Amino acid sequence: MIGGLFIYNHKGEVLISRVYRDDIGRNAVDAFRVNVIHARQQVRSPVTNIARTSFFHVKRSNIWLAAVTKQNVNAAMVFEFLYKMCDVMTAYFGKISEENIKNNFVLIYELLDEILDFGYPQNSETGALKTFITQQGIKSQTKEEQSQITSQVTGQIGWRREGIKYRRNELFLDVLESVNLLMSPQGQVLSAHVSGRVVMKSYLSGMPECKFGMNDKIVIDKQGKGGTADDAGKSGKQSIAIDDCTFHQCVRLSKFDSERSISFIPPDGEYELMRYRTTKDIILPFRVIPLVREVGRTKLEVKVVIKSNFKPSLLAQKIEVRIPTPLNTSGVQVICMKGKAKYKASENAIVWKIKRMAGMKESQISAEIELLPTNDKKKWARPPISMNFEVPFAPSGLKVRYLKVFEPKLNYSDHDVIKWVRYIGRSGIYETRC
Amino acid sequence: MELISPQRRTNNFWAFEFAPLASGVTERPAAEPPYRTIGSKLCVLGRKSFDGLLGHSHSGTRYRLQEASGEGRGGEYDHWRQHLGEDVFSDNGVSRPTNSLNPMKTIMAFERRWAAREVMGTQESQRETDSRRAGRIAGHESHPFECRARGDSGDEKLCGCLVRSLRSPASLPSNAAPPPRPGRRRPQRPQRRRREVRGAVRGKADSCWRLPASRRSIKMPAVSKGDGMRGLAVFISDIRNCKSKEAEIKRINKELANIRSKFKGDKALDGYSKKKYVCKLLFIFLLGHDIDFGHMEAVNLLSSNKYTEKQIGYLFISVLVNSNSELIRLINNAIKNDLASRNPTFMCLALHCIANVGSREMAEAFAGEIPRILVAGDTMDSVKQSAALCLLRLYKTSPDLVLMGEWTSRVVHLLNDQHMGVVTAAISLITCLSQKNPDEFKTCVSLAVSRLSRIVSSASTDLQDYTYYFVPAPWLSCKLLRLLQCYPPPEDGAVKGRLVECLETILNKAQEPPKSKKVQHSNAKNAILFEAISLIIHYDSEPNLLVRACNQLGQFLQHRETNLRYLALESMCTLASSEFSHEAVKTHIETVINALKTERDVSVRQRAADLLYAMCDRSNAKQIVAEMLSYLETADYSIREEMVLKVAILAEKYAVDYSWYVDTILNLIRIAGDYVSEEVWYRVIQIVINRDDVQGYAAKTVFEALQAPACHENMVKVGGYILGEFGNLIAGDPRSSPLVQFNLLHSKFHLCSVPTRALLLSAYIKFINLFPETKATIQEVLRCDSQIRNSDVELQQRAVEYLKLSSIASTDVLATVLEEMPPFPERESSILAKLKKKKGPGAVSVSDLDEGKRDGGGELNGAGERGPESSVVATSNTSTPSPSADLLGLRSAPPVGSAAQGAGSLLVDVFSEAGPLAPASGVNDDGFLSSEDSAPPLPESDELLNKFVCKNNGVLFENQLLQIGIKSEYRQNLGRMYLFYGNKTSVQFVNFTSTLNVQTKPVDPLVEGGAQLQQVLNIECLSDFSDAPLLNIRFRYGGALQNLTLKLPLTINKFFQPTEMGSQDFFQRWKQLSLPQQEAQKIFKANHSMDKEVLKAKLLGLGMALLENVDPNPENFVCAGVVQTKAQQVGCLLRLEPNIQAQMYRLTLRSSKDTVSKRLCDLLAEQF
Repeated sequence: MIGGLFIYNHKGEVLISRVYRDDIGRNAVDAFRVNVIHARQQVRSPVTNIARTSFFHVKRSNIWLAAVTKQNVNAAMVFEFLYKMCDVMTAYFGKISEENIKNNFVLIYELLDEILDFGYPQNSETGALKTFITQQGIKSQTKEEQSQITSQVTGQIGWRREGIKYRRNELFLDVLESVNLLMSPQGQVLSAHVSGRVVMKSYLSGMPECKFGMNDKIVIDKQGKGGTADDAGKSGKQSIAIDDCTFHQCVRLSKFDSERSISFIPPDGEYELMRYRTTKDIILPFRVIPLVREVGRTKLEVKVVIKSNFKPSLLAQKIEVRIPTPLNTSGVQVICMKGKAKYKASENAIVWKIKRMAGMKESQISAEIELLPTNDKKKWARPPISMNFEVPFAPSGLKVRYLKVFEPKLNYSDHDVIKWVRYIGRSGIYETRC
Repeated sequence: MELISPQRRTNNFWAFEFAPLASGVTERPAAEPPYRTIGSKLCVLGRKSFDGLLGHSHSGTRYRLQEASGEGRGGEYDHWRQHLGEDVFSDNGVSRPTNSLNPMKTIMAFERRWAAREVMGTQESQRETDSRRAGRIAGHESHPFECRARGDSGDEKLCGCLVRSLRSPASLPSNAAPPPRPGRRRPQRPQRRRREVRGAVRGKADSCWRLPASRRSIKMPAVSKGDGMRGLAVFISDIRNCKSKEAEIKRINKELANIRSKFKGDKALDGYSKKKYVCKLLFIFLLGHDIDFGHMEAVNLLSSNKYTEKQIGYLFISVLVNSNSELIRLINNAIKNDLASRNPTFMCLALHCIANVGSREMAEAFAGEIPRILVAGDTMDSVKQSAALCLLRLYKTSPDLVLMGEWTSRVVHLLNDQHMGVVTAAISLITCLSQKNPDEFKTCVSLAVSRLSRIVSSASTDLQDYTYYFVPAPWLSCKLLRLLQCYPPPEDGAVKGRLVECLETILNKAQEPPKSKKVQHSNAKNAILFEAISLIIHYDSEPNLLVRACNQLGQFLQHRETNLRYLALESMCTLASSEFSHEAVKTHIETVINALKTERDVSVRQRAADLLYAMCDRSNAKQIVAEMLSYLETADYSIREEMVLKVAILAEKYAVDYSWYVDTILNLIRIAGDYVSEEVWYRVIQIVINRDDVQGYAAKTVFEALQAPACHENMVKVGGYILGEFGNLIAGDPRSSPLVQFNLLHSKFHLCSVPTRALLLSAYIKFINLFPETKATIQEVLRCDSQIRNSDVELQQRAVEYLKLSSIASTDVLATVLEEMPPFPERESSILAKLKKKKGPGAVSVSDLDEGKRDGGGELNGAGERGPESSVVATSNTSTPSPSADLLGLRSAPPVGSAAQGAGSLLVDVFSEAGPLAPASGVNDDGFLSSEDSAPPLPESDELLNKFVCKNNGVLFENQLLQIGIKSEYRQNLGRMYLFYGNKTSVQFVNFTSTLNVQTKPVDPLVEGGAQLQQVLNIECLSDFSDAPLLNIRFRYGGALQNLTLKLPLTINKFFQPTEMGSQDFFQRWKQLSLPQQEAQKIFKANHSMDKEVLKAKLLGLGMALLENVDPNPENFVCAGVVQTKAQQVGCLLRLEPNIQAQMYRLTLRSSKDTVSKRLCDLLAEQF
């Protein structure tokens, strides 16, 4: 269990320190600072063991969050908690920055008291927390309200309170995916996977029951057995194989296990309904074709072609290609047809940016790199060319089939609810070797 | 300075370097001519120095904020301190806090680590080193935080020196006769320029560049226009302002790209920009990034005529040089030019570079040149200093390349040099050289003595520049005293008298009231004093001085300063082992005991305990043991085990009355049971069993001790053993009747671990024997499930067996089986060995003590260990004129027969030794010199020898430290033997020698931990012989000298050549050898199995031919062979008649020489 939680700024000064258990002393604060934040070598592992004490840290911009324990905890749980903590803080005061933390530290201590009890994570649902931890200070509540809070916090549905009313019942659903790729210079896919999230914003009255359906292969196959053969007859890629998925606590897991249907009473406001990962049949939005030629010891010629591989009607945005240059580069000339390209010495790379690009197009850049002869015999390691982009579809092929809302008590039905769906595919680590 | 390795370069040790500098130098007037600074400061130019280059303080925003954050000295500083602590002390093997209590140790460690830094050979640097040491001595000033907290003095100094170093040589005064200038020299600098720079910086960077008010007074570098390297300043300020590591890396990448584009080579760069970029690269490198270009530019800078450019070039080369052959060639060329330039500054730079790099290539290229510079008449003093220290560095890295040869005497005469700086530099070199080959440098003793006496007798004002807080040349004096410690006391009476006079003066001066209250004054004075005392201890021949030293130390024992108390205790430990001062040391016993009780620092208490141990003898043993015992209750955990061992040893060694001994040890177990090792209680039992008079008392005491409700397991062990053996002695008393005893023991049974329980079970069965009335009870106990079905195999087995034994065996059988334990053979206390092992290397005091103070007689373990006083010496002194006969007769009974005394009886010749060097007389001398102080052979060495009669390979000897393996082969009268010395410990053996009582090629004196050393012996048998040669092995393990003498398994039968012959032949010859003295016969009982195959194998191993079908009785064996010696061949026939029924053998040997048959008969009788 978590013994303590510390928040440091980039200099290693402690902004927040909350100790939950006696086995964590004050020196743990210094130990982490000395061994991780001020370490001579950059510490890359998120888990550090110092004197039989484990430190789990995440870094948000310049802020370090570190959870400390002396016990053998579930590391995944601790990280999940830390991320949740970040989400909660973001929900309360926006960006996590030194200044924001300093301005809100009473609030943060209050939150820490609530979401961790003797080191055991408690309810960290922002919606629920906001009912009793407010930024405005305590307003005196009536007895009913107080008991309501108690029942809400301790009751069955901790993530949603009773009696929510909206004039317009609205639902927003975002499918956010990030696609990761490693490709050989010849165009072979070495590894690729998509990790996606379904994020919802619900503004619904009462205690609605929702049902979410997507083109999950298992579900489709089950239905296919039932008799509707025309599904399979339609275009090739109708269903996707999901490797694994995790749900928000509101989803009824028993129902998912038995029927593989996702039904839930949604929290109010924004939340992440599910997370999933796929590895099969990924649509790769871009293909990078590198061509690197070493001319003698002092010159390097690089030509990179990118091809977009999706429907011409769609537009990819924020495209950025990063071509690494050798460490002994002494000068670079770049020519590109589209977008802007620049040699960034501080990052040892040529960065090529294109604002927009339609599907089924191709674009090219060529560069001449001058090298300084060094007395180091090591050859250049040729790091991969990486890419960033954003496309308006889900590279995994996920489609939302339905999202039904039932509210038996109030008088609105499924089609009274206004629903919005959006797909965004982003690049994760999208690299091509050269 | 050593070449900075990548690991160290981020260590921030720069800060450390400067710390003492700052603390030591501030108040001292700097009276050096400026140009001398130049070379020396180069070596220490680091990250911090860059600030100096710019004239700014080191504390950038990042660090300052931290200080302000309320965390105080946490963070960065803690971190630094930690590393520094490691850096300084790891060499020494002692991990001690940074605010070291033992300044001399620290200095030594420090010196070793930074020995190379001594290369800063100019006077200035010498003073700098001095002041650094002063800082060290002051102890509390040793970590960087102090220096930084102290404010700007360090920075100021730093700025000053860098300013000086940046000055172009043109602006320097001529170096012909630089007048020493009194007072602080502040570099002057135009006001206008300063404002300009600061303004620019402020515009560029943020407030971190604004200096605190106190620092504004610092004069900015007096640099000529264009030398300020503003680009560098901006770059560094950018780096300092980076908020995160990533940002820093980005900035550096950008800068590197910029430098690369500048170095591209399209346009020629001027010297200034080259210097600037090389500086930037260096800075980046010091931040911990790899630099793989710019070397060429740096090498180009070397050939510049401008001082600053050359300096930066050399700096880069010394920091970043790698063994790139083509560059090394260029660098060497440049260095050569500079060395030949006659410009002292350039020469110094070159010498520093050589020393800083110190690689083998450098040594190869310049080892010949530097001595010439060193002794040349026209070399400037400052260059001489550099040359001496440079040579020292080269000598340390590759001693084989630095050959002093013809220069030796001239180098020694540097001690007479008029310039004190040169003397100080040279003495380091001479000390190092004379440690390696003392004989060549013997002449330095008298010179050193006269120099020392001149310094000591001089008034504090005589040595102007070299007087440090009223102490004349303290560092030089220390070094001189240390040099003298490499040699035995001078034989020349005059020199000796003078030296004694000096030492007396030093001791006298210690008595004088201090001339200053400053800590530096007393530190310097005490440093000399302690060095003098260790010289006195080293000589160990002047009772008067020793006693005075002891008294002086006695005064320090109560000194306010902890460091002094520590040092005094430590030195006294060595003094205690000297016969002259032992008594004097003993007078301080009360103080030491008091120190043990009241000292606040654990390391001091440890020393006090060591000293108590060292000063203990029969007269005060009881008191000391009692004190140590009482201290043990409150002792620190870290030293408890050692204390326990010491108490145990002292109690045993000086026990007059064994009841006292038993009491002490039982007390020991009661007080510190957890720290009592097995050896301690084994030893108690050994002693109780061997001494009849204490057995009853021991049983009684143990019985009483066991009655305590909670007693330690070790106590239960001792109790179980002793009651099991001697419980009957106290059974008469109804309070300790057998059943009471048993119940008492059994009440502890369930609380004990398995081995103890096993021991208790054995005690129970002994009880059954001692007291038949307890039989039923004990059988009941043994029978119960928890014993007889115990899950532990050992316990179960014991229970079952003892139960069976007690129920089946008759009383007589039981009495025989469970008889009282026989006395143990007397041998060295295992506890001593344990203590030695525990102390490990460096702890000389205890082991030396044991050697020195074993006064024999009455000691429990004295007799067994010493054995007969070296009989070897006796024989060798009374030897006959024939050398080889001596060898033979070394340890034998009177020589065998007159023939053996002939000129060439036995000589184990060693071919590998240079042939002509081994004439008979040489053998005599060498052989006996080495055997004179060798230990007598181990008692079991005869046994060992017998093991090897029939085999050629195997392990000759093994103990906890050393294993000696043997592999040998023989042909005719020649043989070759390989000896393998294996070090079984993880510590190296030093001074390893192995000498045969003939002569051998010396073996490598070092045996690394876990390593093996091989020695080859080539052997020729000249004549027949009966005694095996002795092999003496000596080495130093940890502090203790180990001495071991073994018999080399070399017997006459090794030189057998088998002879095949038929039955007729055999009997014919048998009859021929019928003279009574030619036959040797023995009838003896079989010691080993009489299996036919085994016998055959043994006889074959003997080396003779086993003749089948010769003897009419098939059970008998006959063999024939010829012993090959150089002088003659001895035919030999053997007949072995086993009698299986009687388990007897009859062995008959006939040979043409009576000694041979006799010897062989003796040898073989042991084999069957």
